[in-house]
Amino acid sequence: MRRAAVVESLKAALAPGNLLTAPAALAPFETDGLTAIRQRPWLVALPENVEQVRAVLKACREHGVAVVTRGAGTGLSGGARPLADGVLLTLTKMNRILEVDVASCTARVEPGVVNLKITEAAAPHGLYYAPDPSSQIACSIGGNIAENSGGVHCLKYGLTLHNVLGITVQTIDGEELVLGGKTLDAPGYDLMAAMIGSEGMLGVVTEAVVKLLPAPLAKRVLLAAFDDIRRAGDAVSAIIRGGIVPAGLEMMDALAIQAAEDFAQAGYPRDAAAVLLCELDGDEAEADADAARVQAILADAGAKEIRLARSEVEQEAFWRGRKSAFPAAGRLAPDYYCMDGTIPRRELGVVLEDIAALSRRHGLPVANVFHAGDGNLHPLILFDSSKPGETERAEAFGGDILKRCVAAGGTVTGEHGVGVEKLNEMCVQFGAGEIEQFHRLKAAFDPAGLMNPGKAIPTLARCSELGGMHVRGGALPHPELERF
Amino acid sequence: MAAGCDSAGSLAAAVAEANHAGRELYLRGGDSKAHLTGCGPGAPLATRSHTGIVDYRPDELVVTARCGTSLQELSTALAAEGQMLPFDPPRFGGGGTFGGAVAAGFSGPGRPWLGATRDAVLGANIVNGTGQRLAFGGQVLKNVAGYDVSRLMVGAFGTLGLLLEVTVRVQPRPEAVTTLASACSAEAAASTCQRLLRQPLPVTATCHVDGVLRVRVAGSEAGVRRACEALPLDVEEEGDAFFDAVRDHAQPFFAEAAATDVAAAEAAADHAGTPHAAAAEAGPTLWRLSLPRGAVFTETGALVEWAGAQAWWRTALDAEQVQARAQALGGFAAPFHGGGWPKRSASVRAAMQRIKAAFDPNGILNPHVMNDAH
Repeated sequence: MRRAAVVESLKAALAPGNLLTAPAALAPFETDGLTAIRQRPWLVALPENVEQVRAVLKACREHGVAVVTRGAGTGLSGGARPLADGVLLTLTKMNRILEVDVASCTARVEPGVVNLKITEAAAPHGLYYAPDPSSQIACSIGGNIAENSGGVHCLKYGLTLHNVLGITVQTIDGEELVLGGKTLDAPGYDLMAAMIGSEGMLGVVTEAVVKLLPAPLAKRVLLAAFDDIRRAGDAVSAIIRGGIVPAGLEMMDALAIQAAEDFAQAGYPRDAAAVLLCELDGDEAEADADAARVQAILADAGAKEIRLARSEVEQEAFWRGRKSAFPAAGRLAPDYYCMDGTIPRRELGVVLEDIAALSRRHGLPVANVFHAGDGNLHPLILFDSSKPGETERAEAFGGDILKRCVAAGGTVTGEHGVGVEKLNEMCVQFGAGEIEQFHRLKAAFDPAGLMNPGKAIPTLARCSELGGMHVRGGALPHPELERF
Repeated sequence: MAAGCDSAGSLAAAVAEANHAGRELYLRGGDSKAHLTGCGPGAPLATRSHTGIVDYRPDELVVTARCGTSLQELSTALAAEGQMLPFDPPRFGGGGTFGGAVAAGFSGPGRPWLGATRDAVLGANIVNGTGQRLAFGGQVLKNVAGYDVSRLMVGAFGTLGLLLEVTVRVQPRPEAVTTLASACSAEAAASTCQRLLRQPLPVTATCHVDGVLRVRVAGSEAGVRRACEALPLDVEEEGDAFFDAVRDHAQPFFAEAAATDVAAAEAAADHAGTPHAAAAEAGPTLWRLSLPRGAVFTETGALVEWAGAQAWWRTALDAEQVQARAQALGGFAAPFHGGGWPKRSASVRAAMQRIKAAFDPNGILNPHVMNDAH
């Protein structure tokens, strides 16, 4: 009955055929990139323009129905997981590039535009859009904004937040917020900072203005092999300390190297304990000078082998191993669970050793492949979900890794988001005061709590039940309340 | 490392007490920007007592410092390790605190290339309007756990929370810096800047004033040499000092502007109206225009930097006319001195009020700034 009324309202809000209600049509939307968690959506709305988005939000507000916004569905933390009794607002039909403004080096795009398409549109002008998450051939800019996505080049060129100048946001209460634009700042509070990375909890982005950069003239790619993973970790710090900001600085451990070699035959030394990939860019002379300095630093750091790619083909081969690491890990075991903690670079060596110890304790292998330059780890926990208890063990192992990251002064998620996956770990990273403040900030945009409920920020009750309540300075909020 | 003085406890207690009593507070750092915000009506709460660099890891490119630390002290410590703050905040009158710089969110001449203050912020410990001490963000570049509250604090002028300590990303100082200069019209300067934006050259600042375009190139020796060859401008000795003076508003253009604004302030003293209404009567006002990069702003009496994205304009035109000029170029304008806040749309204003209430429910933190009086 309720569903029929909502269907009626949404049909009026959308173009014919853009409301999906049949089970077969809903099935492809059951999951995002975190495929372990599935939920058949109640209804899927596919607006084609901002008026339709506003009409969908209005209908949901009036019916008191929750809204989950979804882009391409490549997210890795279940942030776009549907609700059994909520509307999945899917923005893939809003996929026009509205403008490439060469004078201001910006592009104005709809949220469903695929990340790589922006660079393709800008390329004829010698420009590109810098953030390049590994899913860039599929992921959409709206999703990138919701997750504050990174990529392999963010050490030098920043995250999504550094490369978006303006967004237009629709709130559940029917307001349109035009934040920023082609200018480099905007009047008032930096509401865009609050919106970027908010995982669809505050509003719906219906348009974005992104910054375009001139494509670098030259790049160099170095590959260094180490006998000892700790030494490789220390080499990362030494490069940064040397005053060099590489365009990319990536690391893989022995298991990841072997898997990648089996899968992609990139020519990595199979017997190495760790491989470091370092990309340097600039003009020809600069790139050469930086490559020479990094080679010297790597040699000092004890690399047993250092190779400089001599051609573009070889550069691509070096990268091919790294880029195939995830699918390659997929062949090592029936399932893998990808973690996303970030730690200060200086902790790399010791945390990697601790992850190895945890691997032994939980009895599950782990392959490490990660953005070493910014300390963003992606341990891939290998398991078999068909074996009783292995899924739970993998989750427990993952939770331990994230706790270790927080203890090292890092964070539970560097670029994949909290979604539904890391709600418990949020209780470890934040105290009750911060979590309450997050809820108050959310309420400033969405007082009725209809936007993506149950994601990103745990309830205090959940944290209390876990017993993981993080107490800062010995002071619990509301000391008058009992906590068990 | 943690030299200095930790007053976090007493600052938090002072806010909690003021909140309890419903007493407004005026958060006061180094007073270097008091001429921009005006003094608050509330009881002053000095942050200068909370000082010291808490953690500095040159190999992490990260520094954490308490709000009352002077920009001078912080820059000196970074320079000793061959590093710098990428956002290069202004030091008006040579002063300023780290907390004040982050709260104001102003960025130096390198803004389009090296990023804004908020771009460099990684984490912040704050006291919200009820006196709670809260920690957001952290010390790592990639961090998407929770809403990005630490960056929301940047440019909020202490109205959402007192910044106790802030962690920012730092960067290596460039190996070489050269300033190039050439006499040219504003139109020619704008067209050069548009070209610079599309070329992968190590440019880190531009400024056109008094008929001269200056371009700062900074990076590796090789990169700077190539940029000098590629650009049709001449090397200018001591150009570094020029851009520092622009940053701190110590360049003669700003000295003249300040003189007219002092006259305006005096006129305002006899006036019940807003400071900039009085200024219009007293003579030209200094406006800040935020424009798209590559904007062609050709009015006389202007200093244009950030490859066209920031223009300073001394004009006697009224507010509506100045706004119209900025809007025609896709930007916005606000008088820089005396608390003239840029206009916001009704929906943004309403969202700001709700966010203010979420952090400072009784409105006790710096109620005189960023409000809707103007």
